[in-house]
Amino acid sequence: MMRPICWMPSRGSGAVWMRNFLVWRKLLVPSLIANFGEPLLYLLAFGYGFGHFVKTMDHLPYLVFLASGIVCSSAMNAASFEALYSAYTRMEMQKTWEAILSAPLEPADVIFGEVSWAATKGLINALAIVVVGFVLQLWSGLTALWVFPVIFLMGFAFAAIAMIMTVLARSYDFFVYYMILLLTPLLLISGVFFPLSALPAPVVFVARLLPLTHAIELIRPLLTGRVPHAVFEHVAVLVAYGLAGYGIATAIAYRRLRT
Amino acid sequence: MVKRYRDRTAVDGLDLEVARGECFGLLGPNGAGKTTTLRLLLGLTWPSAGSISVLGLPVPENARIARRRVGVVPQADNLDPDFTVEENLEVYARYFGLEPAAVHERIHALLKFAELEERLHSPIRELSGGTKRRLTLVRALVQDPDLVILDEPTTGLDPHARQHLWNRLEELRAAGRTLILSTHYMEEAERLCDRVAVMDHGRIQAQGTPRALVEQFLPRYVLEIREPVARRELLDAGRCRIEEIGALTLVYSNEREYLAALIDHLGISRYLERPSNLEDCFLHLTGRGLRE
Repeated sequence: MMRPICWMPSRGSGAVWMRNFLVWRKLLVPSLIANFGEPLLYLLAFGYGFGHFVKTMDHLPYLVFLASGIVCSSAMNAASFEALYSAYTRMEMQKTWEAILSAPLEPADVIFGEVSWAATKGLINALAIVVVGFVLQLWSGLTALWVFPVIFLMGFAFAAIAMIMTVLARSYDFFVYYMILLLTPLLLISGVFFPLSALPAPVVFVARLLPLTHAIELIRPLLTGRVPHAVFEHVAVLVAYGLAGYGIATAIAYRRLRT
Repeated sequence: MVKRYRDRTAVDGLDLEVARGECFGLLGPNGAGKTTTLRLLLGLTWPSAGSISVLGLPVPENARIARRRVGVVPQADNLDPDFTVEENLEVYARYFGLEPAAVHERIHALLKFAELEERLHSPIRELSGGTKRRLTLVRALVQDPDLVILDEPTTGLDPHARQHLWNRLEELRAAGRTLILSTHYMEEAERLCDRVAVMDHGRIQAQGTPRALVEQFLPRYVLEIREPVARRELLDAGRCRIEEIGALTLVYSNEREYLAALIDHLGISRYLERPSNLEDCFLHLTGRGLRE
């Protein structure tokens, strides 16, 4: 008998999101300190230290260029980490998913709820840097507020891709490869620290196929008071990664959890 | 129903009916297919063949709707370690679409039922095994289900915790809820279940009330002899049945006098004479070989 997969998440995915939110709220203070503390250190060290030698980058003060890149990279890292390590812990170690799945929820609900939550974590982390940037008067104008839906979207895309790894994984070791072999190179070629124009054409070609570049090309102009180019293309790439990641992760989750 | 995996058949043509309000026990050695059967009932896995109906709903097609009315106590605890006792119930209720405010009264009544009111704000890691099981039981009741499925509910509990859980289950049965439980404790099945089925190799070997099952397969009394005896001394055609498990010899008979005479005749000192029970029947039906 063929087993049909339910692709559409139900309202139950909201309960999964809420569960994770309630746990996060319990550890609100320490996690917020970490959220603000780490990027602040990076900004101070690189922005002021490095920025002392490199005054401008791509027509922006280096601190502004870097801070807007770090908004993206921290959303990416936070969303990925949550969808890898934290979600895997809930699936395998704590058997939280097992308990959820004997309620009237399907794997699609769990995957959608978890990916949305990971995107929310990414948003919270990025928000911390956006706030720090406002305080340091790095951003120009209120167009900066438009970054929040974009950050959520990119967080969703990264969390959905990471979720594929999570539902495939047999141990945590798996995630180290993902972080080091995929996310770290991605971070270095997508325009966080320096513009793509510094890279050879083949590398730029690869960078354009990957989601982080598109997120940065939306978020950096929005934060610095400019209108991004090719908005539709960037959004479409992020949506495509999000949907594909969600679909593949859901299909694998059925195979893993409903046997 | 049938459930085949790539390399083995876990459930092999199981045919079973449980009446509303009944407490039904699924007995079987490890690997008999009990857990797979329960997962099939919940629509957590798809059958390879056959049809299943739970509370009048076809499963797995309508499993999501059916699961709204079914409570589950899994074999291994999967309480949420990130929450307290009370929060566990609130968070679980939300998976059924119930907001904490709407189930507040109910949660407190359930915690009282399980004698957990004192532990309201305790983190899960501070609870003993028995307390965790009780909490898992009331978590299964948070949506007020018609059917509760329990997979080996008392495995690993100490005698006090087991008695406590049994009392709670008896109260649930008295309140008219349908219970389906899997177990390999015959004492548990005899005490709680209206009807039991002995399962092995994915099939039902026998089913009926615990009493009827024993009567169907075994003579009324048994003499356990715990010292070596010559088998030929026991042979007395038609009046007894003999089974040997290692150094233990079991002599079954419907005649108590015969067993009493046998004790005198053999001059044995290490023995126990008792009515035969469900455990004898279970071992008889599932074979006495040691299993993994």
